[in-house]
Order: sequence, then C-alpha cells, then structure tokens
Amino acid sequence: MAANQIMFVLFSAMIIVFSILTVTSRRILRAAVFLLFVLVSTSGLYFMLNYQFLAAIQLTLYAGGIVVLIIFSILLTSHISQKFESPGVKKTIFSALAALAGAFLAIITILDYQFSATTEAAEAIDMKVIGKSLLSVSHDGYILPFEVISVLLLAAMIAAIVVAKKGGPGHNEIPNLKQE
Amino acid sequence: MNYGIPMQYFLILAAIMFFAGVYGFLTRRNLITILMSVELILNSVNINFLTFNRYLFPHKMEGMFFSLFVIAVAASEAAVAIAIIINIYRRFATINVEDVDEMKY
Repeated sequence: MAANQIMFVLFSAMIIVFSILTVTSRRILRAAVFLLFVLVSTSGLYFMLNYQFLAAIQLTLYAGGIVVLIIFSILLTSHISQKFESPGVKKTIFSALAALAGAFLAIITILDYQFSATTEAAEAIDMKVIGKSLLSVSHDGYILPFEVISVLLLAAMIAAIVVAKKGGPGHNEIPNLKQE
Repeated sequence: MNYGIPMQYFLILAAIMFFAGVYGFLTRRNLITILMSVELILNSVNINFLTFNRYLFPHKMEGMFFSLFVIAVAASEAAVAIAIIINIYRRFATINVEDVDEMKY
C-alpha cells in the first residue's frame, strides 16, 4: 500500500465516522467539534488531489471561520452541558431509511457508470494561474462570478449586521413564552 | 494517474457525507445543528467538484473555481443564518424549530 493510499483511508475513515457523529451526537458543542474534524480531513483530501490553494482556503475559511462562528453562536444560545432529547423513534427510522436509500442509489450509480477521462495533459495550478484567471475577461476568465460573489459577500455582511443588531424600542425584550 | 486511488472512492465518500448531512437535516430540531448539516452537504459537493476536475478534466479549472464560489456562498450563508438564529433566540428565548412557529413581528 502506497503512502497516499494509507492517507486516503485515514482521511476517509475520519470523514465518515465524524460526519455521522456530527449528525447523531446529543451534545451540541461536541457536534461542532466533530464538524471541525470533518472539515480538516476534507482539506487533507484537497491536498491529496493537488489543490493546495483550495485546501488552504478550506482550512482558513471553513475550519477557521465558520466553525468558530458556529461555536460562538452555540455558546450564546445554549448551555454547554445541555443534552438534546433524542428524536422520536419513528422520525429516526424514516430519516435513516431515506438517507440510506439515497446513499445506496448514489453508490450504485457511481459504481455502474463508466467515467472516461480526457487524455490531455494536466495543467499545473499555481497561484499565478488562479489569480490571472479570476481577473481575466477572456474566454477562460472568471471575472463575472468573481464580481457576483463580491457583491454577494457585501450583501451578506450588511444583512448580517442589520438582522442581528437590536431593533427599536419595544422590540428588545425576550418574551416570557415559557411562563404563560 | 492519480496515484492508485480510483475516483469512485472519492465519489462514494462524498455520497456518504452528503446523506449523513441529509439525515441530520431531517432529524435535528436545533437550528444550529441544522445549519451544521447544511455545511456537511455543501462540503461533500465540493469534494465531488474537485474529484471530477482532477480525474476527468485535469487541463481545466472549472471545478476548482466552482468549489471556491461554493465556499464563499457557504460562508455568507452561515453568517446570515447565524444572525437570524441569534435574532430568533432574542425574541423566543429558544432555537428549537418546533417552538418557533410564529412569524408575527
């Protein structure tokens, strides 16, 4: 077994185990940490596929940014020691059936289909090529989605500030729904 | 080519991750855990994009740029979703989806 196969087995085992633990763990903070493990192993897979730039993006943005955001909002909204009540048996069975049937169908299709690769030589993807194609208006350029994403990020930033900031007078109190 | 690992393995791995996310989306009741399931789903889609790009079209870069944009969309989605979740918590003092059944402002 070559070294990269061992790495692949390791990463894929981590991804499968921890993604299942993420959706079944009954402590929310642990679920967030398992999600972090899944994202870090995914970035390891990107390194194996030779996409170093994207692996770095995955590490900084997903594992660094989004998980920290999720953990902060967990700490703001729930008690750390709180355990979820497990979902009902019926709901669990039906969801598991749906997920298993979907996974079965997808795996059968993947194994059945004959993928045909091109014979053209692989192109080295370094930072220079990535930057040039992101800002290029030529045939291979990605300037339009780049601009769309930048507008989307600005809109999301403004929306997050507007939605999360406190409203006017009379809208701040937490209604005591539980006591009524 | 890619070093002794068939591309089907990557695709099967992504499929398992995707349906783990679907399972979590269906069973969870806490809004933050639902958001985490959505992140799992988006992440598995990224693995698929990169695998197809690397194994089938190694002379092009579409898959890489598409997953770059998916990551950007996921980040902004998480930011807005968490803003909404915090706002919901401020109004209802809970983020359980079954208790938040009122859209009244």
